[in-house]
Amino acid sequence: MSTCHQTRNPFSETESPAVGVTCEQLSKRFGSLEVLKQIDLRIEPGEIFVLMGPSGSGKSVLLKHIVGLERPSSGKVTVGEFDAADATTRERVRMALVFQAGALFNSLTVYDNLALYPREHRLASEAGIREKVMRALQILSLEDAAGKYPSQLSGGMRKRVAIARALVMEPQLMLYDEPTSELDPVMAATISEIIATLKDEYHVTSIVVSHDRDLALNIADRVGILMEGRLAVVATPAELRSPADERVADFLNPKINLKQPRFRALAT
Amino acid sequence: MKPILAVLEGIGDTVLLLVRTLRHAPALPRQWPRFVDQCYQIGYATLPIVAILSFFIGGVLALQAGYSMSNFGAKEFIGSLVGLSMARALGPVMVAVLVAGRVGSAITAELASMKVYQEVDALVTMNIPPERILVLPRLAAVLVMMPVLAIIANLVGWFGGALVAHTVDFIALEPDKYFETLRRYTKFEDVSDGLVKAEVFGFVVVLVCCSIGLRTRGGPREIGASVTKAVVTSLILILVLDYFLTKALL
Ligand SMILES: Nc1ncnc2c1ncn2[C@@H]1O[C@H](COP(=O)(O)OP(=O)(O)OP(=O)(O)O)[C@@H](O)[C@H]1O
Ligand SMILES: [Mg+2]
Repeated sequence: MSTCHQTRNPFSETESPAVGVTCEQLSKRFGSLEVLKQIDLRIEPGEIFVLMGPSGSGKSVLLKHIVGLERPSSGKVTVGEFDAADATTRERVRMALVFQAGALFNSLTVYDNLALYPREHRLASEAGIREKVMRALQILSLEDAAGKYPSQLSGGMRKRVAIARALVMEPQLMLYDEPTSELDPVMAATISEIIATLKDEYHVTSIVVSHDRDLALNIADRVGILMEGRLAVVATPAELRSPADERVADFLNPKINLKQPRFRALAT
Repeated sequence: MKPILAVLEGIGDTVLLLVRTLRHAPALPRQWPRFVDQCYQIGYATLPIVAILSFFIGGVLALQAGYSMSNFGAKEFIGSLVGLSMARALGPVMVAVLVAGRVGSAITAELASMKVYQEVDALVTMNIPPERILVLPRLAAVLVMMPVLAIIANLVGWFGGALVAHTVDFIALEPDKYFETLRRYTKFEDVSDGLVKAEVFGFVVVLVCCSIGLRTRGGPREIGASVTKAVVTSLILILVLDYFLTKALL
């Protein structure tokens, strides 16, 4: 994949180069718990990389390293050509993270949640901001929620607001932490379409943590599966339809076996 | 050893927070709406209770002084006593304690909950420094509001004292005489020294409450613990600072 493409977001007139992400020997421990173990990963500019893996395997922690919210215990994460742990990287590369729990500003309305970023960075006039915000809300069918506070929203609506807030930031690098986990199938498909459109038309790099197999197999360029702090596989969706690794096969297509339930096996 | 290290770490973090916040000071004009909102919050939260408390403190001072001094025939000096005590000592401390209880606790609760629910992380990823939009407007607002509150406390306390001195039978001091000694012995410096104290107290209280709020880790239980810690720390700091400032301003 070439690096000379330009990212352009549906919300922005300005163009900026697509960025890649590199993890080199990335390890992270919390006290005695080793969450990430020497991860080597290269995500190309403009790629859609889907990260899957069992709950608690360290997917969210990996995303937080890329946006610089966590520092590696050892190893290095690079975004574009900048060190992700460096605070100035956020000024140089526009990144947006859709938090697993939304992380909406509870004291602000939905509208103000979305408008905060362009206002603080003075990206447009108030009228221009209004246009961008309303467009993002429209895309995610949230027009009616503009005046509401996060506490008045359903779980899925909060997720959509979080995605809309990230879209308004016009990022070069988009990170989603389980964007479709609380959404109905149609809305989940919409999110997949948005991610794919951002890539195809505007060359935004996307890293998506998701358990949604439809999303992974349909829009991903590559899928990585994180297991016990290591990348068990990195493969294209086509390759994943018949995975070699038994653990991976079982993770992607678990058989519901009523004769020998897993929880019984775990309990003994 | 551990508690000492924790205290030192807290001090270090608070100083760092102050430095980072001051670096954003030029951005204050752009935070104008938040600054005005915080001024309103501080004033709205504390003004009624400041007025009630200072009225009664002035009253109690006059009552106690009147009881002791009328025996010496020196009751017209009640005015100077109430005037000086309110302006130099009681007014600033009382306002600071109320600000710690009403405003400081609310600041810590809000920032701690923003921290725990990852709102602060969200700000960081949006490249919006939390110091700029959360700490700066609050520090600026408290600097503006503390003198206002302290002056109101002084005035209400003085009038409370005058009213009590006038209406209580065994004192029955004419307000003219009360205010005559008050004016004669309460100098401008007494009031301005009190305002300096109030300013320092308010600034430290808000800084410490912001710092403790932003240092919160964990869940709802830690939010509560942070609020308690912020209020207790503020009260201790007010009294310790009061001693040193009083000494310095003597
Ligand atoms: N700040 C932290 N302090 C201590 N341990 C942490 C911290 N953050 C995460 N962990 C631990 O790291 C491990 C991985 O957490 P992470 O949130 O990355 O899981 P995940 O893969 O995103 O799981 P899920 O699919 O359930 O969201 C967990 O065991 C968790 O307890
Ligand atoms: Mg997670």
